[in-house]
Amino acid sequence: MKYRSAFDIIGPVMIGPSSSHTAGAARIGRVARTLFEKQPTRAVISLYGSFAKTYKGHGTDLALVAGIMDFDTFDERIPNALKIAEESGIEVEFITEDAVMEHPNTVKINLYDGQGKELEIVGISIGGGTVEITEINSFKLKLSGANPAILVVHHDRFGLISAVTSVLSKYQINIGHMEVSRKDKGDTAVMVIEMDHKIENGVYAELTALDGVDQVIRLVD
Amino acid sequence: MFRNVAELVELAEKNNVKIAEIMIRQEIEVSGRTREEIIAQMENNLQVMERAVERGLSGVKSQTGLTGGDAVLMQNYIASGKSLAGNLLLDAVSKAVATNEVNAAMGIICATPTAGSAGVVPGTLFAVKEKLNPTRMEMIEYLFTTAAFGFVVANNASISGAAGGCQAEVGSAAGMAAAAIVEMAGGTPQQSSDAFAITLKNMLGLVCDPVAGLVEVPCVKRNAMGASNAITAADMALAGITSRIPCDEVIGAMYAIGQTMPSALRETAEGGLAATPTGRRLEEEIFGKPKSKLVDYLIQK
Repeated sequence: MKYRSAFDIIGPVMIGPSSSHTAGAARIGRVARTLFEKQPTRAVISLYGSFAKTYKGHGTDLALVAGIMDFDTFDERIPNALKIAEESGIEVEFITEDAVMEHPNTVKINLYDGQGKELEIVGISIGGGTVEITEINSFKLKLSGANPAILVVHHDRFGLISAVTSVLSKYQINIGHMEVSRKDKGDTAVMVIEMDHKIENGVYAELTALDGVDQVIRLVD
Repeated sequence: MFRNVAELVELAEKNNVKIAEIMIRQEIEVSGRTREEIIAQMENNLQVMERAVERGLSGVKSQTGLTGGDAVLMQNYIASGKSLAGNLLLDAVSKAVATNEVNAAMGIICATPTAGSAGVVPGTLFAVKEKLNPTRMEMIEYLFTTAAFGFVVANNASISGAAGGCQAEVGSAAGMAAAAIVEMAGGTPQQSSDAFAITLKNMLGLVCDPVAGLVEVPCVKRNAMGASNAITAADMALAGITSRIPCDEVIGAMYAIGQTMPSALRETAEGGLAATPTGRRLEEEIFGKPKSKLVDYLIQK
């Protein structure tokens, strides 16, 4: 089941005109921003399929940039996002791609901070404002999209996987699928965890507070 | 958890509760939040819808000037007393249009289930409200009932114009509204299911062909027709008319039709009304002549 909540259907509250091309775009942009942890100085946004063909009309460009600036879907600054980005010193480039992707609403976002930090994510907007992140820094996320999923960014060392799963176990949250990966031994590592239940803010906070965990990001809510 | 409309109807009948209540119980279970929190969130969505209708009825214009002001024209016409279709139906039309005009003007709306189809559910709700005088809680339940049906469509078919055409957006929204109108009017869960089926059957095959890729033409007026369709189908179901094809099979047909719909008719602005001479002319007036496909524009000022 790709949609789990009544509020996936009646919602989100958002700035128009399109849930998939505006609200969904803002959400993907915001995931990129959350993962990047700071305001980038440059963003290269590649649009595919329907996103590439109709982005101007839907304000997809405005929404993606708004998301990258950490604006929510109902932020009234969205219509002025490009101007605000320019004023904030964010250089934005849009590329429309001809490649046919699996999903018609696909976007790739590359963020740079001018000091060597880079991030690339690929996201899809599947309708009604619901989105899925399919790729982070070329690390393909094999998510069904059918269950809530989180990404845990952490230090690569013993005991951390167990610490994270212990927290989930304490709240009786069952893991349906899990993947681990790392840049290099002892460097940054990631866990992608797909669960049977949505995690609440308390669990989220507890995971984030674990020693050695840098970030916990909701990939599919 | 219900997976289709048949299970939803069965659950409501077996527990002798409204479809809205089944949706609320499922939301509690899935989200782990309290009933109060869930009701409060829907109340907030309801308020967003009220404000959007109010704003649309006071007159808005989109940045392109393609849409805006029609909700006001319709209200004035109703007030003139000359309407042929009846005030409730046209009030729904006006309020659906009001919502989508606000959406096109990049105002705040609540997606139901999408932004392009955001007019039908609130438009019908606020029109039917005038006749049925529901409590605030009943209005919130109306939204949960629409959510229950939309939930089934979203999981078994699609609510995305890019994936399934307008039938998946306004078609789904209209079916959702029809089902909720029936429930608010005191109909049975089965009658809600029939109303959904009758509505969607009459919107099958509807393509998504927005002029210039904008959620304006024909989206705003399709919401008007979605609202009319929903009210008519609700009245048919309440009259005892049933759908020969079961609701879940109609949803399945909608999905299958979406799968075979060419990409040009799925929110790419390449076919249908978008490709008419006037559609193309409007596109050019708004965005200028089409530029190089590879690098559309660069912002580096």
